[in-house]
Amino acid sequence: MQYIPNILFTIALVVGIGYFTINIRKIIRNIKLGQKVDASNNTGQRWSNVVRIALGQSKMVVRPIPGLLHLIVYVGFVIINIEVLEIIIDGIFGTHRILSTVMPTGLYNFLIASFEVLAFLVLVGVILFWTRRNIQKLKRFWANEMKGWPKNDGNFILYFEMVLMVLFLTMNAADQSLQELGAAHYAEAGSFPISQFIAPLFNGLSEGTLIAIERGAWWLHILGILVFLNYLYFSKHLHILLAFPNVYFGKVVPKGKFKNLDSVTNEVKMMMDPNVDPFAAPAEGTTEAPAKFGASDVMDLSRIQLLNAYTCTECGRCTSECPANITGKKLSPRKIMMDTRDRLEEIGKNINKNGEFKPDGKQLLDDYITREELWACTTCNACVEACPVSIDPLSIIMDMRQYLVMEQSAAPTELNVAMTNIENNGAPWPYNQMDRLNWKDEN
Amino acid sequence: MAEYMAQGKQPEVLFWVGCAGSFDDRAKKITKAFVKLLHKANIDFAVLGTEESCTGDPAKRAGNEFLFQMQAMTNIEVLNGYEIKKIVTACPHCFNTIKNEYPELGGNYEIMHHTQFLKSLLDEGRLKVEGGKFKGKKITFHDPCYLGRANGEYEAPRNLLEKLEVEMVEMKRNKKHGLCCGAGGAQAFKEPEAGKKDINVERTEEAMETTSEIIATGCPFCMMMMTDGVKAKNAENNIQVMDVAEMIANAEDL
Repeated sequence: MQYIPNILFTIALVVGIGYFTINIRKIIRNIKLGQKVDASNNTGQRWSNVVRIALGQSKMVVRPIPGLLHLIVYVGFVIINIEVLEIIIDGIFGTHRILSTVMPTGLYNFLIASFEVLAFLVLVGVILFWTRRNIQKLKRFWANEMKGWPKNDGNFILYFEMVLMVLFLTMNAADQSLQELGAAHYAEAGSFPISQFIAPLFNGLSEGTLIAIERGAWWLHILGILVFLNYLYFSKHLHILLAFPNVYFGKVVPKGKFKNLDSVTNEVKMMMDPNVDPFAAPAEGTTEAPAKFGASDVMDLSRIQLLNAYTCTECGRCTSECPANITGKKLSPRKIMMDTRDRLEEIGKNINKNGEFKPDGKQLLDDYITREELWACTTCNACVEACPVSIDPLSIIMDMRQYLVMEQSAAPTELNVAMTNIENNGAPWPYNQMDRLNWKDEN
Repeated sequence: MAEYMAQGKQPEVLFWVGCAGSFDDRAKKITKAFVKLLHKANIDFAVLGTEESCTGDPAKRAGNEFLFQMQAMTNIEVLNGYEIKKIVTACPHCFNTIKNEYPELGGNYEIMHHTQFLKSLLDEGRLKVEGGKFKGKKITFHDPCYLGRANGEYEAPRNLLEKLEVEMVEMKRNKKHGLCCGAGGAQAFKEPEAGKKDINVERTEEAMETTSEIIATGCPFCMMMMTDGVKAKNAENNIQVMDVAEMIANAEDL
């Protein structure tokens, strides 16, 4: 009988991690629906980006207030995980504060004390985040694409974190009271700079009640963590894991360098080669359909772009710096990323149901992202610069424009005129190329 | 350039004028000012003249990769034919395209934006800023996206302005966070989508908040957009838009 808690705990752990693994596999499968892309270059630069941008949060602190708050929550999250390790070992083996028995008392006390301080700071940080969203109502959290689920999602995450931190501190406070009472199984361990202020609330409670509070908080805390882990897949919060690979795969060439379409290069080279045989039959083995130009659905995008979509945590820094969005146009780079993920998830569910993708008569273009949004972009790279985790919404906009122009000839009329001019006169305006040097003799 | 080739000579640098610098009346003044400075510094330079064609930037940003690559490869054939090594241009869009997108198509050149080139001339002592027409004047600099964010060059134009001893006032959004003028991505050649304001007006208002006398920039398209913005605010008498090269060329207090 005495092993029942251990068994229950192990089952909870296996189920929690198992379900999460299943969902992570779905994410990987969905990302692999995208086009392969070679990112084997610039490994040095890529790792340095991971250290600076992802680990070092260098782009978060560009905006000092949310940057600092985020830094606290981030550091808190990473360090408090050491405590989760102890909780897991205790849970499986029925021990109590196992680490205190294997490390020097001073070190253990220091660790527990720092977890407490961090937990408190995280709590304060999360409460401030909540007020920024809900009281201060920062514009970027109240944009059109943030209605409904995305708005609730943002708040749920904050509530989760608040509850987890409160449970952690309550658990410590009850533990501390039990240690003072000299309860069996609660050997003196740890130093409690924060929860010592909660402990007086428990004065006068019986040992049984205290144990109930301590065990209750302990169980709710670890179960909460497992639930939160599984909540990630359904929320925007995946960035806590995906930010790292995403930054690694981020752009490592100048922002102004847009990708070259090799399929086009081959055709243009052939077109310009006077020796090419116009009636040549395709070479043996090249029976595959010619590549589609640009993107109309998520499968046409690259795997990095799809990883971008799962990584986006909808902070809206991109949109708040987008010149089109600032001046009231429909374009919002954040919405481009959210739409891409929503469509990818829709396709993922389709595959879950049918075993393979059954065409559903929908696509990313028009059903999610409208042409009006795509044509409002000035390609200024402000969104790319603003993203704290190296997401590139502009590349998706460009791929979709390529589809519109090269597959559908559906550019806005004025752009068609400009492009015809470029083709005929070598300039986007209807001037004769022979007049190019006229400025020389004008005054 | 054809003349140079016929004489079997190579210029020190090829000046890539660009469509705006060739055809737009306002931008032609930038071209002439820059040429004036090149002459003053005794730079042996050439232009392609009627053999120059659009780099393809607007076609590429509009999504027409075919047209872009056709333009690019034609230009590369001309440039390689003349064995061009070094190019300078007064347009950040041409600069970005030749610098970043031509190498993959066989065009490898040392390319500089004219503010970078002028800065190097000043540093080497080949050119001197003469006259103090702009000394102490309040000037703000509008970062062209394709010079700044796209290629990380924020300092060269600011260094030139420092040499003019102006009083630099930065706009709220500057450098990495500079707001686009609204012209990029082929927007210059179409009407903007429906919204509550035009981007160039938003940016002009921001520039006017600095109470500067001049909005300096380094791009003929920013020039057009900001000039239109100033007109839309009926502020032509309060604030001018000038290219940094024009300011250096006109610094003499005549």
